[in-house]
Amino acid sequence: MSDTVLLQAKGIVKTFPGVRALDNVDFCLRKGEVHALVGENGAGKSTLMLILGGVYKPDSGTIYMEGEKFECFTPHEANTKGISVVFQELSLIPSLSIAENIFANRQPTNKYNIIDKKKLYEDTRALLKLFEMDCVDPSMPVSRLSIANQQVVEILKAISFNPKVLILDEPTSSLTEPEIKQLFKNISRLKDRGYSFIYISHHLSEIFEIADRVTVLRDGKHVSEAFVKDIDEDYLITNMVGRAIVNMYGVRSPSSKIGKKIFEVKHLTGKKQGPRRTFDDISFSIREGEIVGLSGLVGAGRTETARAIIGADPKESGEVYLEGKKLTIKSPKDAIKNRIGYLSEDRKTQGLITRFSIRENSVSNHLEDFSNGFGFIEDGAITQYALKMKDDLKIACPSVHQLVRNLSGGNQQKVLLGTWFGIGPKVLIVDEPTRGVDVGVKSDIYQQLRKLAASNVAILMISSDLPEILGVSDRILVMQNGKIVGDIPAKGATEEQVISLAAGTEAGGLCE
Amino acid sequence: MNNWAKKLVKQREFVIFLIVVMLFVLMTIASPYFLTRANLLAVMLGLSLEAIIAVAMVHLMVTGGFDMSVGSVVAFTGASTALMLRSGMPVILAVVFGMCLGACIGLFNGLIVAKIGINPFVTTLSSLSLYRGLTLIVTRGQNVTGLPSSFKAIGQAKVFGIQTPIIICVVLLIIGDILLRKSRFFRQSYYIGGNEHAARLSGIAVDKIKIFAYVLTGLFAAISGIVMTARLGSASVTAGTGLELRVITAVIIGGASLSGGEGTILGAFLGTLLMGLISNALTLIGVDVYWQTFVIGATLLTAVLIDTISKKYKKS
Repeated sequence: MSDTVLLQAKGIVKTFPGVRALDNVDFCLRKGEVHALVGENGAGKSTLMLILGGVYKPDSGTIYMEGEKFECFTPHEANTKGISVVFQELSLIPSLSIAENIFANRQPTNKYNIIDKKKLYEDTRALLKLFEMDCVDPSMPVSRLSIANQQVVEILKAISFNPKVLILDEPTSSLTEPEIKQLFKNISRLKDRGYSFIYISHHLSEIFEIADRVTVLRDGKHVSEAFVKDIDEDYLITNMVGRAIVNMYGVRSPSSKIGKKIFEVKHLTGKKQGPRRTFDDISFSIREGEIVGLSGLVGAGRTETARAIIGADPKESGEVYLEGKKLTIKSPKDAIKNRIGYLSEDRKTQGLITRFSIRENSVSNHLEDFSNGFGFIEDGAITQYALKMKDDLKIACPSVHQLVRNLSGGNQQKVLLGTWFGIGPKVLIVDEPTRGVDVGVKSDIYQQLRKLAASNVAILMISSDLPEILGVSDRILVMQNGKIVGDIPAKGATEEQVISLAAGTEAGGLCE
Repeated sequence: MNNWAKKLVKQREFVIFLIVVMLFVLMTIASPYFLTRANLLAVMLGLSLEAIIAVAMVHLMVTGGFDMSVGSVVAFTGASTALMLRSGMPVILAVVFGMCLGACIGLFNGLIVAKIGINPFVTTLSSLSLYRGLTLIVTRGQNVTGLPSSFKAIGQAKVFGIQTPIIICVVLLIIGDILLRKSRFFRQSYYIGGNEHAARLSGIAVDKIKIFAYVLTGLFAAISGIVMTARLGSASVTAGTGLELRVITAVIIGGASLSGGEGTILGAFLGTLLMGLISNALTLIGVDVYWQTFVIGATLLTAVLIDTISKKYKKS
């Protein structure tokens, strides 16, 4: 990292109807550094990123790239000045090849304007080589790549514009631990070649691993800027939230006891998919009031196991017992009848109906509680329930008639949690319960899960967030390649222990 | 504007209702024949068969489904019922069999869409040809006439001076509206159309309800076909041609969306009514009949444009 200033933003103000997204924000990126941008949802990170990427025009303030002033704020201008954004939501077209995705609309052509396939593949191979991926065939459709490799393609696409600055928005949100390591290796490689990075992430631990400097935003204002080596995680959290959060994961309340075994899964085995099964001979049990963490790499078969338990996907064999009684669960409907709930990992596509209101969502899985003997809906009771849920879970919204899509991610997650509390669960499986939510909301969600456990509910928490697994669980199960390879008490467990169990011997490389 | 009024304006039904009222006022001024019992009953009679199908179609579209085959089902069930009657079957049996036939066609469509997972448009597009073709096969392309008068009464009798098709239509509309608005079972359809994955994980029997929605659509198309045959006194092989598009148009004008999760029976009825009134108005003021289809298209486009633009405006 040098002291040369590459990109500088001064006094940026951006107002949207009703919100001041950025309020006189300064930002400075030096040549060859990885500069992390952190803050809670709504702090203004994305807005700043989109302004730097030329998507939004600021109301006031100026931006200089290598001393040259930004004029018209179009993505094209940002590109020509050397700024490329890699968005969180992948923008690739699955059915097209790697090469055609990278050079979308810019494919090299011959003099008849016909795409020059040979050159296209050569150029792509040259880019893949940057990440030592030259073994990958550039004509392979993107749909056949893993999410991590799709992201590599996305980054290569950005690099193909020859940028000086790469903005990465939550690049690790869907990556596994070894894939994150690989990404960081790639970032370091590019850094050595003189690229600079603006790195946006929720995962504070990553910042200490990859970033040189960090800027914290809160409520649209610049709060602090520091060298990463001078600070610690508590400093960041305090700056982001504006208050110190003591013990985010909470503790088991002394009055709540772990009771008798209530839920048991025996020899659960999935259907064969290709050469292997996504989960094979899974057996475990949960006791009343116990929170069991289920850890493992993405693709280890955790979600598949959960979906088979609740009957969302078919299983080959295996049994599920509740309170000693064997259950026949053929569909999620049966699971709910037996008061087993499953909070899905992706709230937007699998959990909520985002264009419906909070009120309508709040009863999606227990509508029968709100109908009279003739099967007619009692609207008043639904509103009552939604209002109670809003208060219990501290959902920030003007009214329960608010559409879910207009809520922040954290509040959406609370709505989803609330709908599952509504079935009066005996067993609740939560899949990545705090994915993409703020530190403050995370802490609220842990509190809610602890409260639920205190009322004797058995909880299975699937999570890729190791500190969360270690901080919240009473006991930790680890899955690897479709099998349970570890069952350890959370007390005294370490991240290294869990990772080594989860990764096993096969640490997945990129060139498989 | 107070909250209550704001809420009302946001309802698609209210906007269409206002347009219908405006059309009423304008037409009363423009033509002395418009606001007569005979004319209004004629309008209602004209749209009753479409409105019956619209009841089921709007429910189907709320679940995210779609049915292109209703016009053909009208012809096929009408013709089949007529042939059964001609062979001497008692009226009540023939009518029940005819309705079952419609329900079975719906079941077939629904199974293919929900269980095999073929796109509803493609599935029912094939059904459109299949059943139009079957109609031609079973009738040898001839209209079926000579039906018993006890059967014709289903479509031609009057109660308090109102033709039976209107009464059947109004009864189905009212029951349908109450059920879709208030009953737990039908309410689930909105969740399915809103987000099928989420609905499934919420314990809603997605496939069953989707299939049921197609069965209902087939059944209502059959009711419409049988009533139409009774009213005309014969089964026509070209009956219901283009009906599917008119019904879908009316339902969309009434606030349903192709992506599902939205729509009410009141809205669908108002959409049908608006289309019926426009046709009537154009005839009364002497506009060339060839313009009618054009105006229907313009109405649909306008309704959808207003909806989309106002949604965008609300967002920003």
